[in-house]
Amino acid sequence: MKKEATQEYEQDLVGDGINSIQKVIDPHKTEAAHATKYVLISVCAFFLFVMLVLPLIVVVINALRDGWAAYTEAVFDEYTVKALQLTLLATVSAVAVNTVFGVFASYLLSKFYFRGRQLLSALIDIPFSISPVIAGLIFILTFGNVGWMGDFLKAHNIKIVFAVPGIILATIFVTFPFVFRELLPVLNAQGKDEEEAAALMGAKGFTIFCRITFPHIKWALLYGIVLCTARAMGEFGAVSVLSGHLRGKTNTLPLHVEILYNEFNTTAAFAVSSILVILAILILIARNLIEWKRK
Amino acid sequence: MYLEMKHIYKTFDGFHASNDVNFSVEKGDLAALLGPSGSGKTTILRMIAGLDTPDSGDIIINNVKVNSLPGSKRGIGFVFQNYALFRYMTVAGNIAFGLEVQKKSKAEIKERVEELLELISMQDLGKRYPHQLSGGQRQRVAFARALAPNPLLLLLDEPFAAIDAKVRRELRTWLKEMIARVGITSIFVTHDQEEAMEVADTIIVTNQGRVEQIGTPEEICLHPQTDFVADFIDTKRYQAMLLQ
Repeated sequence: MKKEATQEYEQDLVGDGINSIQKVIDPHKTEAAHATKYVLISVCAFFLFVMLVLPLIVVVINALRDGWAAYTEAVFDEYTVKALQLTLLATVSAVAVNTVFGVFASYLLSKFYFRGRQLLSALIDIPFSISPVIAGLIFILTFGNVGWMGDFLKAHNIKIVFAVPGIILATIFVTFPFVFRELLPVLNAQGKDEEEAAALMGAKGFTIFCRITFPHIKWALLYGIVLCTARAMGEFGAVSVLSGHLRGKTNTLPLHVEILYNEFNTTAAFAVSSILVILAILILIARNLIEWKRK
Repeated sequence: MYLEMKHIYKTFDGFHASNDVNFSVEKGDLAALLGPSGSGKTTILRMIAGLDTPDSGDIIINNVKVNSLPGSKRGIGFVFQNYALFRYMTVAGNIAFGLEVQKKSKAEIKERVEELLELISMQDLGKRYPHQLSGGQRQRVAFARALAPNPLLLLLDEPFAAIDAKVRRELRTWLKEMIARVGITSIFVTHDQEEAMEVADTIIVTNQGRVEQIGTPEEICLHPQTDFVADFIDTKRYQAMLLQ
């Protein structure tokens, strides 16, 4: 009995970070605890099956319903490829901008004290709490024809709303807290001593960042980038408002799925969805690899 | 006078951390800033290092007024309370950092690192990382790192606080010997009177942002000038110790 228990504990150590719970509740302590454990496992498994596994199976079955040829045709369709390109463009832009922004903002808030720190931190969280549709509308009201900057943009022949720049802007907006939120606690925990020590030896800001700060935050940074990527690729609401749904021009993958579905082209809709599913699984693997590396 | 502090005032949000602080330290001296927590001793040390700026008053090191000089230009070695070793660099990397920043030649850096590793008797541990060292070893590395660029003045913030009581006594003797051997003017902060009595040549007693008394351990024990000093320091015990 004893040996079994240790084995279980070790498996959890390898598996993930929930082993601390195992230390508190000994699985072999009482019959009641035993029963509770299996009831909870069943509830979790049932919930995950209905909410996650079942939909995934439906996606795969529907995507392949009309055979492999129909699937590849939908996936390699001209508009699908264009939508994928736009999604990747928006994702890469958003991740690049938000990585730089996230590093600067988290460094500022963890290493310097100034009036309005709390306010700034709260403002950065707005995309977490605001509906993406509202975010999209904000940009229409700012950069659209009737918006604040409408006349200026028209005069200079710059198109933001219903064009690619708008989609990129919306994606950046929706995803900008991710890198910041991952970095802030890590930077706070590091403290200022090492950086002060380096500064006292005459090191300049950039050297300090590269040699002291960056090695400390690199895994958290990568993790934040992965989360940011996942969110950016799947973004629908804000992008939908700003896109104008021009096929081959301003359609991202999630929007393309919707259009196909509304045209009763179900097989193609699911086939295109499966691209997003595959990308999501790749990200999930990357995420777990990073978590494992971090330990 | 090697280091002079003249009429230093410093407030943090209305709290008087330094309230007309005046003292000086002679060249080659090992001085202790002794006082209860919150008495402003760490603030004084940080102002000498340029990590904090006094509201008014002058800081003079080696006849140069350093108020407006950044810490890195004051010729100071600083040992932090928790050592603040660079955790992603090896022991040798930690010691070499200050020299690399000064763009010294590779050969010169290598020579100096080896010399310092020998000084702290850690020749074989140069490739280890800080988390692979004991508390005492970390302190020795922090000491070597601070000395590497040949500073004029060595500052140590509670150098023994992070070490368990057993090794503390041993390290005290070690540090005192090392400082004597290197011959560098040093100031350390402590709240432990025994530590100050045993290690320092000069003790500067601080209380509520003021300097209460400056003197050798004997002078402080035998002739406490204020009620606070007489009360804070267990003078009877040290008088007995001194007579031995």
